[in-house]
Amino acid sequence: MILIIGHNIVSALGFSSDENYLQVRSGTSGVRRCENVFGVPEPFAASLINDDLLHQHFFYAQLGNEHALPMEQYSPFEMAAIVSAADAIRRAKINPAESRVLFVFSTTKGNVAMLEDELQDVGQGKASPALNPPIYLASSARRITEFFGNRNTPVVVSNACISGAAALLAAKRALDAWRYDFAVVVGADRLSKFIVSGFQSFKALAPERCKPFDSARCGLNLGEAAATMVLANVQAEFACRGERNSRLYAFSDEEKMHLMFPPYSFLLSGAIRNDANHISGPSRTGEGALRALQQALQGVDRSRIAFVCTHGTASVYNDEMESIAIDRAGLSDKPINGLKAYFGHTLGAAGILESIISLLAMRDGVALKTLGYEASGVSRQLNMTTGNVPVSQPYFVKMLSGFGGGNAALLFGVQRGMKNFLKE
Amino acid sequence: MLRIKTYTRILPHHASQNGVSISVDEQHAGANFLEALYYSLRVDYPKFFKMDKLSKLGFLLAELTLRAEPERFVPREDVAVICFNRSSSLDTDVAFQRTIQRADSYYPSPAVFVYTLPNIATGEIAIRNKFFGETSFYITDQFDAAQMYSTVADTFADSPFTEALVAWVECFGNDFDGLMLHVKTSPDRSKGRENDFTIKRLEDYYERGIGGEP
Repeated sequence: MILIIGHNIVSALGFSSDENYLQVRSGTSGVRRCENVFGVPEPFAASLINDDLLHQHFFYAQLGNEHALPMEQYSPFEMAAIVSAADAIRRAKINPAESRVLFVFSTTKGNVAMLEDELQDVGQGKASPALNPPIYLASSARRITEFFGNRNTPVVVSNACISGAAALLAAKRALDAWRYDFAVVVGADRLSKFIVSGFQSFKALAPERCKPFDSARCGLNLGEAAATMVLANVQAEFACRGERNSRLYAFSDEEKMHLMFPPYSFLLSGAIRNDANHISGPSRTGEGALRALQQALQGVDRSRIAFVCTHGTASVYNDEMESIAIDRAGLSDKPINGLKAYFGHTLGAAGILESIISLLAMRDGVALKTLGYEASGVSRQLNMTTGNVPVSQPYFVKMLSGFGGGNAALLFGVQRGMKNFLKE
Repeated sequence: MLRIKTYTRILPHHASQNGVSISVDEQHAGANFLEALYYSLRVDYPKFFKMDKLSKLGFLLAELTLRAEPERFVPREDVAVICFNRSSSLDTDVAFQRTIQRADSYYPSPAVFVYTLPNIATGEIAIRNKFFGETSFYITDQFDAAQMYSTVADTFADSPFTEALVAWVECFGNDFDGLMLHVKTSPDRSKGRENDFTIKRLEDYYERGIGGEP
């Protein structure tokens, strides 16, 4: 069984999970109109990390760290990933340098923004240059694990938009197999001319804030984020809790209370299934998403599910496909939400970020509002949230879908109060 | 137990299956090796020509691996496609970057952009073969048999798959390097079989490139 013992979100809405969650709960969006950003000629709407604040947070994250390189040697992508992982690790109270800790990374494009400078020197039409090492995803991942003094080979997942779920699953599997006790799962992507122009060429971007599942939806917003979950094999966590609690002297009384008696959260199961249909368009029948849901929810009493957090990109085809899969899976009476209007589509971070926000909503006993949604624009009747709806069941489902025909479903459980936990 | 049914190797001037060379049709000599191999295999799948090099390599590895399978193209959910490489989709990333590099020739191409994700290659294999199972792409510093082995073993332990295509699909510039294993579960639990799926065997098959003994 896999426990979630720490997490963090770095985004336009803040630098901790709580900060981000409170903004979402109050209905705040990080999506802004962007003109002349990244050298992209056409304007677009996106949610961007504030780099001045990121630098400040990075400064504190690297203080006293003998493994850290000088600050200017880290890219914006690496800085966001490091700041996010450092905060999550601090909250989980694990030593990231220990050999029983595995790092798992989820990113779609990593340091792809560096290609612009690489090609600048070579000019057009020449043979492919030898590339700067951090452009290689595994090399950049290694630079981040070295920051934390961790010497294990990191796992790097690049499965397009379902990467976050795939990374959580890869970590869960490694912990279930007892190869590691703890896993730090980091999802991050920064935007660049490369990513924005690509999505624009697809005509996939909405000109303003996106409208998931709405009848007037007209495309997605992109977003920047880094999000981290620290997972623990439940036996390992309880075996070393005594030792870790002895380090509590550095915390205030209130912090101690939360650290010693946290509401436990669990990653219970997950699955990835392919549509076997098209590389850039989702299945018309929700084939892969349905199969992922069925596998992840095998043996689970549907009445124990509080809500479903969709991928909900607000593209015409994605939301329609998800509505079909949710209906076919027998979940259409559950509160259904989507969080893309708060953060944009944060690519490799999305699966982890939206799972963390949903975990915190579960602790508050709510299914969050689907910002941007007013009237149904999908063929199946779904119970879309139009406000923060009270819920009391212990489980929620996170769905993701992406290019390459990949679909993922994750099942999380959250305990609220010891009584509830024991009943489970 | 996991056993290896077949293994397939594709290098820039050579392809082999279970150590036996595949002859590439002479009349197509001089063309791109991957296209020549496509013609040699007498595959009829015009979408092949839209693919980038990484997807072409993955596609051909799967064609060679599965061509003798009975009941091909029957939809299946119990097959996983698990790929690994070093350069992700950087070969196509560079091509896309060239289309947006300069303001005076800025013209981002959607047909190129769609291939700037490595897992499009796993998607192409799933589409061609009607595999509804898991498709995953992992990036490593170099060919890493230990990580490949544990990832595959973990996938089988977590989900009810009976088969997997496990591949190293590396491609950058003029160079490419492909190895695919067809791995199947076996109820026979005895160890030490010559076709056991092991780290050592992954390394062996990878080393046996051009001119290796069968």
